[in-house]
Amino acid sequence: MDKKTPVISCRNVWKLFGPDPKQFLATLKPDASYENIRAQGYIAGVHNVSVDVGRGEMLVIMGLSGSGKSTLVRCMGRLHEVTGGEVLIEGEDIGKLDEDALINLRRRKMGMVFQSFGLLPHRTVLENVAFPLEMRGQDRHERRARALEVIELVGLAGREDYFPRELSGGQQQRVGIARSLAIEPDIWFLDEPFSALDPLIRREMQDEFLRLQNMLEKTIVFITHDFDEALRLADRIAIMKDGAIEQCDKPDQIVLNPATSYVAKFTEEIDKARVVHAGVLARPVNGIEVTGEPVSEASTIQSLARLLISDRRKLIPVAGKSGELVGVMDRQEALDVLLGSGS
Amino acid sequence: MTSFSRHALTGLWLLVLAVVLTALKPLLPPVLDRLPVWHPIWSHYLDTWFDWLQNDLGLIHVTRLAASGLGFLIDVAANLLYGKARWPRLEAIPWSTVAALAAVAGYYLGGWRLALLAGGTFTWCALMGQWKWTMETMSVIVIAAPFGFLIGLLLGIWSWKSSRVESVLRPVLAVLQTLPFFTYLLPAVIFFKVGPTAASVATIVYAIPPMILMTAVGLKKVSSDVVEAGKMSGCTRWQMLTRVYLPAARTEILIGLNQVIMLSLAMVVLTAFIGMPGLGAKLLAMMNSFKLGRSVEIGITIVLLAVTLDRLSKALVVKQPEHFEKGTPWWIRHQAWLVAGGVFVFFTALGRMVPFFNEVSRSQSLSVGSEIDDVMKAVLDWDPIQAVTGFLRYFFNVWVLVPTENALLYVPTFGLIAAITGFCWLMGGARPAIIGFVFFTAVAVLGWWDRAMLTLHSTVTATLLAVIIGMPLAIWASRSEKATRRMIYVCDTAQTFPSFIYLLPAIMLFGITPVTVILAILIYTMVPVVRYTIEGLRGVPAEMTEAADMSGATRWQKLVNVQLPLAMPTIAVGLNQALMFSFFMVIIAAFIGTRDLGQEMQRTLAGTDLGKNFTLGFSVVLMAITFDVAINAWAEKKRKLLGL
Repeated sequence: MDKKTPVISCRNVWKLFGPDPKQFLATLKPDASYENIRAQGYIAGVHNVSVDVGRGEMLVIMGLSGSGKSTLVRCMGRLHEVTGGEVLIEGEDIGKLDEDALINLRRRKMGMVFQSFGLLPHRTVLENVAFPLEMRGQDRHERRARALEVIELVGLAGREDYFPRELSGGQQQRVGIARSLAIEPDIWFLDEPFSALDPLIRREMQDEFLRLQNMLEKTIVFITHDFDEALRLADRIAIMKDGAIEQCDKPDQIVLNPATSYVAKFTEEIDKARVVHAGVLARPVNGIEVTGEPVSEASTIQSLARLLISDRRKLIPVAGKSGELVGVMDRQEALDVLLGSGS
Repeated sequence: MTSFSRHALTGLWLLVLAVVLTALKPLLPPVLDRLPVWHPIWSHYLDTWFDWLQNDLGLIHVTRLAASGLGFLIDVAANLLYGKARWPRLEAIPWSTVAALAAVAGYYLGGWRLALLAGGTFTWCALMGQWKWTMETMSVIVIAAPFGFLIGLLLGIWSWKSSRVESVLRPVLAVLQTLPFFTYLLPAVIFFKVGPTAASVATIVYAIPPMILMTAVGLKKVSSDVVEAGKMSGCTRWQMLTRVYLPAARTEILIGLNQVIMLSLAMVVLTAFIGMPGLGAKLLAMMNSFKLGRSVEIGITIVLLAVTLDRLSKALVVKQPEHFEKGTPWWIRHQAWLVAGGVFVFFTALGRMVPFFNEVSRSQSLSVGSEIDDVMKAVLDWDPIQAVTGFLRYFFNVWVLVPTENALLYVPTFGLIAAITGFCWLMGGARPAIIGFVFFTAVAVLGWWDRAMLTLHSTVTATLLAVIIGMPLAIWASRSEKATRRMIYVCDTAQTFPSFIYLLPAIMLFGITPVTVILAILIYTMVPVVRYTIEGLRGVPAEMTEAADMSGATRWQKLVNVQLPLAMPTIAVGLNQALMFSFFMVIIAAFIGTRDLGQEMQRTLAGTDLGKNFTLGFSVVLMAITFDVAINAWAEKKRKLLGL
């Protein structure tokens, strides 16, 4: 398998709920809408979704509750059987795997974190974290060592012998995260991992999560209904509505160029300046003469606010990581992002 | 609304039909009044069928084989507990050891109070000279309860896995739960020999249904996150079941275990009727010879045993695993087991050296049965009490029981069937009505109509009385937090008593009369009535009572307009349970001397009349299920209307 193959690839995935979904899908017109399907007694949990997740990429799936985020991610791990289409994991259709192969795949490659933690109440922290290792038959000492390692990683050292009920929500979710990391999965599913936590802890856990992600560089599918969270974490964001993906793109693009009115409404309240980076606004130089200090392509417009207001240049040069010139940014355009276009 | 009133209208018409049929009774063709007595025919067919099953099919060999295995286990338990001369032919464990171990278990599960209760109970049994009887009873429980638990667990898992099994099991369980216990007993005797083996089989069968239901409920309730976490961890199916589902359903499964133990105790006591020795047999014998003092002592033992077993097993439900700080030495981690071992050695040795701690002989026992008898006689003969009980007996007999009974017996069969059908229709619409019609017609066809009417009369009268007394009591109690707590405590405790116990106070007060029967049922059925009424009233959301308060409602207005209507579905469930309890109790009351189905059933126990026993048993089942369906349908309807 070459490096270009996406780690997760959904192709025209459908998940319908109802009396006889397979039969119904076979007779369904391809352009049937959500309402259309519902009128016929079915619910489209996932509505013809095609999306790829590359190696090391973090895809954040966003949407209101009931929009099909959780259903989609459960199709990726085959917790749900898809009704139509296919889900490829590293090029292999997981719908075709038999039970043993599927169990094997999960034991080797996948980890998942759940909104309400899904901890086993009768097991200690250590036993919970070691659970996936135990399932694949690792011997007691190895799994203990590995479990202690991840427990340390998520900052719960010293709590190994506690039971879940003895921990706070944030700590319980750390256990959930540790458990999902115990087998060193390549693919990491996180289903609204922080939404059951209160805001302060949530922030702390997000930082923790980013720290882990920088260390581990996994392929991640992350579900949230919190836009700020999505913007903090995502490489790409997929916005879902009624089971379908409305738009899947980089955060800047979603904010700057919403594909549908729904996405536009969704992003309306967002402070664009915090999301959009100078690099996105940069246009090719094309021989224009540039003057003065360049700004970094990775800085957000918000962080450039002072400069944008005080600077007199019409065009501001934008520099890449190593200081090379990548383009120029129209100051007016940047100001529009910062202050709103005034229309 | 229109469909509802049309329903009501059909029901009312059926009731009118019932009245008309009754009024026209002298003019009716005899077949509408009473069907011919067909039960000998059915009994004959059933007997032939049982015969075929037993001998031609060879079922008896299978059951006898199972019986010998079970009998062996019970004998081992009997040897260890009271020194029955069977393998392994050890000496009986001294009573002091048993009591001390019970105390250790109590302490470990629930602290000093439970230790005192558990240890005290067994000490009481020994000191009152009832050790051997207690252990005879326990020897069946310690074998039957684990079997019931395991079989129930397996069937529960199976019915959870396969919806087809569930749909087969559901009606079977409904029948088993309403089957009069005499109907459990006779087949057990015939297929498994008289004595402890048959007793344990009947006990196991009787104790299984709630275990199956609780297991299935628990497994269904496991949260989807936990299940998915298990799947994503790469569990195989077996791992899912043993490592995820069963541990996660621990609470429900242990509640099932609690139920199994309590039902086992209740049933073992009742198996006295088929010659099972033990506390039940002694109680039966003492009550038969009207030795009330001794009866009370045995009654206390049974109650203490029930409370102990209940509290211990409930403590097990609540008990959560605890973690030890790192570096805790092993002898602290395993403290409970070590103490238990030490206690076992110490008291067994003590028992060998000091005979009193091994066995309390008759002369040493503290039984004061005859003294209690004297006191009780004196109290009951005291004129004011005599006058009250005499008046109550007279009043209920002459003004309540006899007239209503005669009236019920006067109603022609098809008049009553119409009335029942109409009642079911009013309660829940067409489906319950059809069930009521078919089932009561079946009762008529089975041929025990008059006796069935007597059974119905006792149950309904007693349940109505329980409602009349119990509901105001519950309403009063629900006014204050403290009274509520106490009342629920009393109900919970009373609910653990084996049903047999409830006969005792009734006999004490009223001797052997029809009023006694009603009183025994009444006491027994009060428990669910009170319990569910309190539960229903407390379940009314605070905002609603607050809204009523702020609207300026008086207490009475609040009760009538807000609390009772909202509590009604729950109260109905309690009422239903009360009716089921009274169908159960009325059969036991045969022992006091009734003329209903139970009396006939009790007679069959002496012989091998399986067919007759079953026609009688199913007459009860059919009536009980009719009420069950109708009341549940009503509660469900109300709940929907209230949006609960």
